[in-house]
Amino acid sequence: MSMKHVIMAGLVTLAASAVALAGPAGGTVSGKVTYEGTPAKMKPIDMSKEPSCQKMYTTPPTVETVVTGSGNSLQDVVVYISAGAPDEAAPSTAAVFTQKGCRYIPHILAFQVNQEIKIVNEDQTSHNIHPLPKVNREWNKSQPPGTPPISEKYDKAEFIPVKCNVHPWMHGNFAVLKNSHYAITGDGGAFSLANLPPGKYTVTAWQESYGDQSQEVTISGSETKTVNFVFKAKPY
Amino acid sequence: MGKFLAVTIIVIAIASAIPVVMHTWEPPADISTHGHLIDSQRDDTMIEAGVSFLAAQILLAIFIWQFAGSKGDGKRKTFPGGAKGLVGAALVLVGAEVLALGAFGTKAWATVYFTPPKADAMPIQVQAGQFAFYFRYPGADGKFGPIHPEMINEGTQNLFGLDPEHDVESRDDIVTAEMAIPVNKEIHLLMHAKDVSHSFYVPALRVHQDFVPGLDLSLHFTATQVGKYEIVCSQLCGLGHYNMRAYLEVMSQADFDDWQKKQAAAQ
Repeated sequence: MSMKHVIMAGLVTLAASAVALAGPAGGTVSGKVTYEGTPAKMKPIDMSKEPSCQKMYTTPPTVETVVTGSGNSLQDVVVYISAGAPDEAAPSTAAVFTQKGCRYIPHILAFQVNQEIKIVNEDQTSHNIHPLPKVNREWNKSQPPGTPPISEKYDKAEFIPVKCNVHPWMHGNFAVLKNSHYAITGDGGAFSLANLPPGKYTVTAWQESYGDQSQEVTISGSETKTVNFVFKAKPY
Repeated sequence: MGKFLAVTIIVIAIASAIPVVMHTWEPPADISTHGHLIDSQRDDTMIEAGVSFLAAQILLAIFIWQFAGSKGDGKRKTFPGGAKGLVGAALVLVGAEVLALGAFGTKAWATVYFTPPKADAMPIQVQAGQFAFYFRYPGADGKFGPIHPEMINEGTQNLFGLDPEHDVESRDDIVTAEMAIPVNKEIHLLMHAKDVSHSFYVPALRVHQDFVPGLDLSLHFTATQVGKYEIVCSQLCGLGHYNMRAYLEVMSQADFDDWQKKQAAAQ
């Protein structure tokens, strides 16, 4: 093998590894959602009218409308691309919303337009789930214990509060989104939206008590852009 | 055939009277100070109606026995005074019975509704809504803060629509899902419905009050025995009516003070 061939092979290998190590196609928007100020106290929930659920807790659970985490972070915030990305067809996997211990798990369920959602009742009592949309069709369905999951879908993007007609303390949210670029923050408030082709995007963060905030970001290649959100907490 | 019918009527009449006379299905023991008036009213009614019922059935059976199988060719007897006499007699007899029961019951009714509560009665607000009862205690300032219905938010557990940010009296209000009361203390219940009609019923306490949306209702009672009792909604209010209940805990004054402190800390 001549020197020329060795150098060519080396360059090809380098180029190939550069492409391979570039990661997923497109850029990433990542960041953190935090709050400033004092959030309202999350009250404990008294489930005494439903003893079969009440006995599942050693200490009563608390309201989840504002869930804070370490370092002044906000959990359960939906961060998504609200403009700049095309609408996507729904994935075939269903998003699952569970009624357990007379609460909704997860507190906020994000899924896409026309994606199937499965509502499961794991409690020993009947529930009557009642999402409260403004643009989608409103319905409520009874679900006795041991019955199969309810299958539903929404055909318009919307943030929908969800309640149980039988148990007034049960409260959750559906986030019906147009594309697959979304994340829900956990403890620490971090989010990461990857696989974004080059373009100009609007990133929106939505918190059920504090509303939403948007920022613009431009992706030119496969870089990671940092976008942070700070919400003003309300003491009441 | 006719005689068999007469016997059947007597058997049914006596069989249905037996459980009442034998007190087979008694209401729970009375734990209130006014309950004895309601119980004696109930007893008076059962005796009066029971005697009238048995008399009517026996009379009916006698006539059936006597005249069953007759060809109908004998002279027909008519009630003295004819139709007018019959209606008049019914009016007088039934009217007297109903008026008498009403008169006997005025004391029971007035004790709960027409007499004002004692000056040191403890006020508790009760809100009935689909499908739970929630209670509010006034807290240290003894005052209930204003209710803002547009601020009612079950998700954040602001069940009465209070605005502690702007209403000072609301800040110490204690909202609970269980009603605890001290024993032997007069309680003044202030009741309203959030949406449709409901009813607050505690059998042992002999308290049974319908909630009419738009009305502020009030009644007072005193519980005489410590224990845990069920408050059930007894007015059909929707699909969750079967699940609508709360628990009443009657406790000693010391236990009640502890309970109230714990609830206040959780607000």
